[in-house]
This record gives sequence, structure tokens and C-alpha cells, in this order.
Amino acid sequence: VTRKNLLTAIRDALHDEMVEDERIVLLGEDVGARGGVFRLSDGWLEEFGPGRVIDTPLAESGLVGVAIGMALHGLLPVAEIQFADFIHPAYDQIASEAARIRYRSNGDFGCPLVIRAPCGGGVHGALYHSQSIEATYAHVPGLKVVMPSTPGDAAGLLRSALRDPDPVLFLEHKRAYRAVTGDVPDGATTTPIGRADVKRSGTDLSVITYGYEVHRCLEAADRLADEEGVSAEIVDVRTLAPLDVEGILASVRRTSRAIVVYEDNRTYGAGAEIAATIAEHAFDDLDAPVVRIGAPDVPAMPFASSLEHAFLEPEPDRLFRAMRSLAAA
Amino acid sequence: VSASVTRTPHEALGLGDPDVIGMYRTLLMARLLDEAALRQNRMGRAAFIVPVAGHEGCQVGTASAMRRGTDIWLPYYRDVGVALVAGMTPYEIFLGVFAKADDPASGGRQMPSHWGSRRLGIITSSSPIATQVPHAAGIAYAAQLRGDDTVVGCWFGDGATSEGDWHEGLNFAAVHRLPVIFVCENNHYAISVPQSKQMAVSDIADRAAGYGFPGVVVDGNDVLACYAAMKTAHDRARAGDGPTLIECKTYRFLPHTSDDDDKSYRSREEVEEAKGHDPVGAFEAYLRSHGVLDDARHDALHAEVRAEIEAAIVAAWDASDPDPATIGRHVFEEPS
Repeated sequence: VTRKNLLTAIRDALHDEMVEDERIVLLGEDVGARGGVFRLSDGWLEEFGPGRVIDTPLAESGLVGVAIGMALHGLLPVAEIQFADFIHPAYDQIASEAARIRYRSNGDFGCPLVIRAPCGGGVHGALYHSQSIEATYAHVPGLKVVMPSTPGDAAGLLRSALRDPDPVLFLEHKRAYRAVTGDVPDGATTTPIGRADVKRSGTDLSVITYGYEVHRCLEAADRLADEEGVSAEIVDVRTLAPLDVEGILASVRRTSRAIVVYEDNRTYGAGAEIAATIAEHAFDDLDAPVVRIGAPDVPAMPFASSLEHAFLEPEPDRLFRAMRSLAAA
Repeated sequence: VSASVTRTPHEALGLGDPDVIGMYRTLLMARLLDEAALRQNRMGRAAFIVPVAGHEGCQVGTASAMRRGTDIWLPYYRDVGVALVAGMTPYEIFLGVFAKADDPASGGRQMPSHWGSRRLGIITSSSPIATQVPHAAGIAYAAQLRGDDTVVGCWFGDGATSEGDWHEGLNFAAVHRLPVIFVCENNHYAISVPQSKQMAVSDIADRAAGYGFPGVVVDGNDVLACYAAMKTAHDRARAGDGPTLIECKTYRFLPHTSDDDDKSYRSREEVEEAKGHDPVGAFEAYLRSHGVLDDARHDALHAEVRAEIEAAIVAAWDASDPDPATIGRHVFEEPS
């Protein structure tokens, strides 16, 4: 294993896959000469050539649409959306086209496409460089939505996404890019899509979360153990669609308490689906109602530090206190 | 020696008499199939139909310059003529009309005329307008990168040219000089919205200049003119000279779909006038004037095509409906 940050883990995995499989092409805005705004593909234009590292016009719908065409004709395109906030013009291409191609053709066609999008906030990205978009896309059958929280998972899930015969939206939390470091297996290890992972074992309550919130929850769980002697289990969903229902339920049945934590706006977010799933299938195992913690239902994360902080943590020690009170319930 | 240089216009385009008879047969098939499908709709046996009448000339003319087996086709929902040239059979088309399990496009999942067949190189299509245009560019990009000899044909109506995807697809194709041909079947209405309210230009082909490749206007009711324009574009694409936009000016004789009533937006005089420029009738007259078609051949072809359609309807109607238990299949690839 090698220790890497999330960005490096994604970069190395994609790079190695591109070396191994010449069908893989990377297309997006500024991915070529600039090497990507996060420097993920720095130097690749020279290494792989302009045929496989494609600077596209500034047009997200067209970029995803072109990538779909490539996928339909033998390539394995990786379409980079510069910021997830800008993916929305491509919604029709993703939902009406990529995600429906196999179903609408009765299995005659497939669309092996990976769409990468840096998402999430906490880096002064303001309204249009901080969005959580997963719920909108996880609602679309035919599309897989993946959001790794650790470098190891990111590398393994990206390799799985590249081998997947169907479209995968691969969400990369941009705060985690450089803030999160972890072990990454050397070699082409894959991590299965659709499988949750217990990031911290515990016995008193289950915290179901994903993305950068995994790290905030781990921090709160450690403090809870130190200060209160409470043992929290952290379940990293990793894949929003298809959701690992059994993996989530298995943890909840062990601890009998569940709290769902997500960075997205609370209402109609992925946490609502997870909470409903737990209520539907594990109600009799619960010792307390499911707790749901999401961001305030304001249109987006504001720019000013005070407001950004208010979005991510509206009250001090929110996660710690919510977990502590659920454990006591 | 001088006698041998007198060639018919179709011979000048490299088409022999059997070729143009074949094109005429396809025109006839599209026209009569359209009438038959509409009858099935009025009989209550087909929930929804997309008429083609009026567009057959530009569809069969342009599509005939493509190569089956090598080229890729992205027809839109009015393109029964393109689908026929690409190799779709009347039986397969009626499997779609009746939404049967063996419908090659979708197994009865999509509305009729949403073409698709991997075997024939017809890309699966949808209802949102112009979404196939970036796909065409992407397929052409992949073909170019892989060194295929593939040319991509992409058809759409005038309405499509207002969509962002249309612009984005043409622009990408232009930047990379891709082997793709964009064919606009301009019938002057986006359902009910006339061209004058869609755009301030009279020729959609002019827009190609904004992307940096040729745009040509052809009489969409002149089969050979459409063929010639497509052949030139096809040669350009294969030579690495990039895309072409072909605007075929034509007219839709019938409502937009079986659920539309065009009387609210088109005068009967206008429609009747347009029917005077019927591409099927015009091509028949051309073939007769050049001695390629006579009454006997004409009548035999009509009888043959009608019989094929009737047989297709009977067989397709008797085919199995989709099994309700299959509704959850093919969301993702299934383990083989």
C-alpha cells in the first residue's frame, strides 16, 4: 500500500487504467493543456495525446452527449464535469439518454460511461462550487452513483466504474481531495460498486453517512468514545445508487439505533431514502426513531466563512451532540 | 461514340436502373406503410403513429448514399424511410407499431418510430429533440480515433436546430473535422410553430458557416438531388474533410402524429399546395420519363409492396406481447 490523498489516488488509478486500456479517453473542460482545474490530468495531454485527452468546448450537455456517442462506438469515455454544480445542463443527456439506453433498447445497447464530478463544499466554493448533486441523480434508474470518502475506496471504485458496462456518476468531494489521506493498495484492486463499508465498528448506534461527512462523523465518534464511552459504528454508504440496503440494515440491526448524516440539503436528500429504508425494514429492531441530519434547506452554501460554517454546522458540536443523545434515547 | 456519353441524371450520379428502382420501391414502401399504420391507428390497434408522408424523398435520397454494415445511422422519429434503407423490414416496423416483444428497437417499451438496432447500426433513439446530435459527433469521434471507415448520418427536423444539443453537437464535430453528416428535414414547422417563429434565417444551412463547415440547401422532394448532396458529403467525410449540413426543404402532408390536429396551424390550401410537390410522385415521373418504369413494372411493384405490408401486419399482430414480468429487465447489464 501507499499513502495518498484522495486526488492522487483518483489520478493514479485513472492514469494506470488509461495506460492499460487504450479505449479509455478523458474529455472535459481544461483537462488537456491546463491538466484540469484540480491538476488531476497534469501532463496527460503529452503522455496520451490529444486524441485521448480532449479539451472540450464549454458545453456540459454536449460533452456528456459526445461521451455517450463514444461509449456507443467502442470507447470507454471518462467525462469530467469541472464542478458538479455545472452538470445540470447535461441532466437530459444523463437521465434521458445514458441511463435509459439499455432499458429503452431492451438490452440491445449499453452505455459504458463514467462521469466524474468534483462536488461538495467547505472550501469557499459558494453557491456554484459547493453543491451536493447526488440525490437528483440517484433518483434516476439506470445510473449508478458513487461517492467515495477515502483514497483507497476512490481508487477501487473508480477502477470498478471503468469496468462497469453501464453509466456511473463518480462524485469526488473536493474538500477531501487534499484534506483526506489514506492507504491505497498498490496494483489494480477494485472495490465493488453497490457495497457499503463499515469505517468504524461500534455497538451503541449506527451512523449512516457518505462523502466528506464520513470524516466528520469519525471525528465525532472518536470523541464520543473518549468522553462518553459510547461506541458508534460508522457505515460509509459509498454507493448512493444502487444502495446497499442489506449492508445498512445489518449495522442497524446490530446497534438498534440509526442516525443518517449527509451534507446535502435535508429535504428529499439521500438521507431521506436511507431513513425510509431503515424505517421500512428494521423498524422492529430500533430502540429509537431514526435521526436525520442534513444541511439547511437553503438554495446553496454561501461564500462568507460565517455563512459557510452555518451551512455545514448550524450549531456547535452538532454531530457529537446528536449522536450522544441518540445513544441515550 | 457520341451516343454512349448520353447518360441519365441517375447514371451521372453512379446509380444504375436497379438502384433507382430500388429507391422507388423504398419510397413506395414508406408511403404505403405510413397509410397502413395510420389505418391501424384509426382501427384502434395502434395507440400512436408518427406519419412520414411528404418526407420520403429526402429520407430515401439521403440514406441511399450511406453504406449498410459500415456506416452508423441516427434517424429521428419521422424517419421510416431512413430505417428502411438501413435495413429495417416492414415486419419489424409493425412489431414496433403494435409494441410487440420482438420489436427490435425496444421490445415494445418505446413509442413506435423510436428506431434502434445494434445489428443494423441504427443507434437507439429517444423523444427529447436533438439529443442524438452530440451522440453522432461522439460516434464519429470514436470512429476517427479508432481508424474506422465509418461515416455517421444524423437526421432531424427543423425544430431540432433550436436546441442547444444541436449546436453543441455540430460545433464539436466541426472542431474535430469528424466524419458525420447532419441532415435537416425542414418541413417548416416544429409541430405547430412555423419556421418564422423558430429562427430569423430562411436557410438553416446558413448556420453551418457559424461552425466552419459547408451547409447546402437541396429540394427535399427531389430524391436525386438529396442523394447527390449526401454522396458529396459522404465523400468529404471519408476523405477526412469533416462534417456537412444538408438542409432538405420538404413538407409534412399529415399531422405531426396521430394525436395532432394540424388544421389549427396550417391552412388546407397550404397543405394541398405542398402535395403538388409530392416526392414519390415526382420520382415516379422521373423514372417513367427515363424509361426505367412503365405501367406494368409500376403495378407489379405496388402489388408487391402492398402484399408485403399486409403480410407484415398480419404476422406482427399475431406476435407475442411483452411479458409483464420483464418490466424490470435491462435496467443494468444482466449477468450472462
